[in-house]
Amino acid sequence: MAYKEMLQIWRDPRSLAIALLMPLMQMAMLGYGVSLDIKHVPLCIYDQENSQQSRAIVDQFVSSGWFSISRSLDRQAGIRHAMDRGECTAALVIPVDFSRRLATTGSANMQAVFDATDVNTTNIALGYAQGVVAQANAQIAAHWNASHGVHPSLVGQVDLEPGTWFNETLDSRDFIIPGVVAVILALVGAQLTSLTISREWERGTMEQLISTPVTALEVMLGKLIPYFAIGLVDAGFCLVSAVFWFGVPFRGSITTLFVTTSLFIIVVLGIGYLISVRIRSQLGASQIALLVTMLPTTLLSGYTFPIDQMPAPIQAITLIVYPRYFVTILRAIFLKGSGLSDLWMPIFGLSCYALVILWLAARAFRKRLD
Amino acid sequence: MSAASPAIIAQGLTKKFQSFTAVDHLDLSIEKGEIVGFIGPNGAGKSTTIRMLCGLLHPSEGRASVAGFDVGSEAEAVRGHIGYMSQKFSLYGDLTVRENLRFFGGIYRVPRREIDERMRFAISMAGLEGREDVLVRTLAGGWKQRLALGCAILHRPPILFLDEPTSGVEPEARRRFWDLIHELAADGVTILVSTHYMDEAEYCNRIALINRGKLIAMGTPSELRAHRLGGELLEIGCAPLGAAMKALNDAPGVVEAAIFGDKLHVVLGTGGIKAEDLPGFLGEHGIAVDQVHAVSPSLEDVFVQLVSGGHEERVVQ
Repeated sequence: MAYKEMLQIWRDPRSLAIALLMPLMQMAMLGYGVSLDIKHVPLCIYDQENSQQSRAIVDQFVSSGWFSISRSLDRQAGIRHAMDRGECTAALVIPVDFSRRLATTGSANMQAVFDATDVNTTNIALGYAQGVVAQANAQIAAHWNASHGVHPSLVGQVDLEPGTWFNETLDSRDFIIPGVVAVILALVGAQLTSLTISREWERGTMEQLISTPVTALEVMLGKLIPYFAIGLVDAGFCLVSAVFWFGVPFRGSITTLFVTTSLFIIVVLGIGYLISVRIRSQLGASQIALLVTMLPTTLLSGYTFPIDQMPAPIQAITLIVYPRYFVTILRAIFLKGSGLSDLWMPIFGLSCYALVILWLAARAFRKRLD
Repeated sequence: MSAASPAIIAQGLTKKFQSFTAVDHLDLSIEKGEIVGFIGPNGAGKSTTIRMLCGLLHPSEGRASVAGFDVGSEAEAVRGHIGYMSQKFSLYGDLTVRENLRFFGGIYRVPRREIDERMRFAISMAGLEGREDVLVRTLAGGWKQRLALGCAILHRPPILFLDEPTSGVEPEARRRFWDLIHELAADGVTILVSTHYMDEAEYCNRIALINRGKLIAMGTPSELRAHRLGGELLEIGCAPLGAAMKALNDAPGVVEAAIFGDKLHVVLGTGGIKAEDLPGFLGEHGIAVDQVHAVSPSLEDVFVQLVSGGHEERVVQ
């Protein structure tokens, strides 16, 4: 059964190519497209002083990479205009006495205005701005220290320490990519098997198959084993590109990764198979597979929206959303280097899932036409 | 299964799909080694009956046993004893001849040491020597059909169900296919084969005529021809055909009048109009008669007569 299935997959190079290339394409699309990082926030500068010091701080904004200057303004009202026209989402106003006050009192004010129509972007940009300012502060403080011989904290310098563990570069990509891998495997995995049984129904070969003494378990294993191999290759592609293309640090062990990934692939293939057994048209099966994998993985797996910030009832729902376990596992393996014992809980969750799905799938296959 | 018991028995076998009754209280008894033809128009319930006998559909009422096993409760045991060819071609087109055979050999649980020999047999039976590594979808209809039969008999089932195996196959290939069926029957295999080709019915030991889910007649081809018609069959060349048919169906002593190609087939019973009176009778109705002669009834005549159930306008394809 498995051998025949493998031959059939092999004879259909187009499907095989799709099965192998789709994850890579999705990886590229989601990896780049769904990045929560905001680079090159268009920034307007209204530098009233235009001193060496004010220019230095503007330079720091630019060199951080998070901002790029879209316009320099000469009036306060210009900010409103620029924002209305969408020329900038943030504006920096440096007062005319900026460097003088900094030199005399050791602290100075600077105004940052954000276009908060997109709250998410604003928050992130605000975070970046604070980061840049904190960095500038540190330099100023060091400078002040050197020239005045006083520790900067005594002159009211604020030392801003951003709490970024496990993702030092503040790059949300490192955080997102492992999630993307989980999403892609869920989508592709369920798609792969969702068609296998319904295809046989549509071609009429299933009627022949069920007239033989073949058992439901043989059919299921025969269908799942070859796709499990493909799923592992897909997973390999995704994980390798995550590390070597997107540069996500990999701190865990390959064994942990292999065990957990295999488990996850079994779950998604099982779901696809279950759908395929239930729905006899290929189109229907494929769409249902998309629905049950896409929605929960993108929305409830914690891959973009953190689970602990969801309302309690929704958090409870995520417990039955199988990708959340794998998203958790992948992030832990990649960023924290967790081992199997650290991850027993999500692994246990996934294992339960795998057992239930396979049990349901084996039972769902009926050797009857009615 | 004792040697004397029939290979296939159906008692009151019924299948309902919602309000539609596809098979209506069908009784069948088929002996071992018999070739029984299932004849009937499309939608008569042939496929549904075969599927029930294969354990693929659960009977709504009645029961049936195949090779001594109940098709409802022991479907799995039934499957081990039958070969089935569904109406739709159902081998894997993207696999080669050899791969298909090997696959079916595997799922039919053919012992490993026997598989090569069985495959050779199936290949030579299908006449596919030298084409073992050809993709099945590239084969012509007749080869495909014979290969499907070869797959269905890999495990030497004592009973074969063939659902319209020759539909869409050219006449020469159909003949070859029937030769194979006879060879298998000679080896003791019981075969239930459905067809809507009337000429194929003549190849069967017995025929079961079914229409609208009901078994309307069963017997050997000659029995059916001799006893079922209920009168003498005449072929009349006349014009216009429609008016002639209507006039004759209303005439006394006419059992049945039906259009048959460009002629009229009329079954005359006793005590009414006589064959020699026909030209005169039709002439009175303004119908020009070209010729009248007696013909020996074909199964199609029998079938038309049985299906129409008397005086009902009906043209069979």
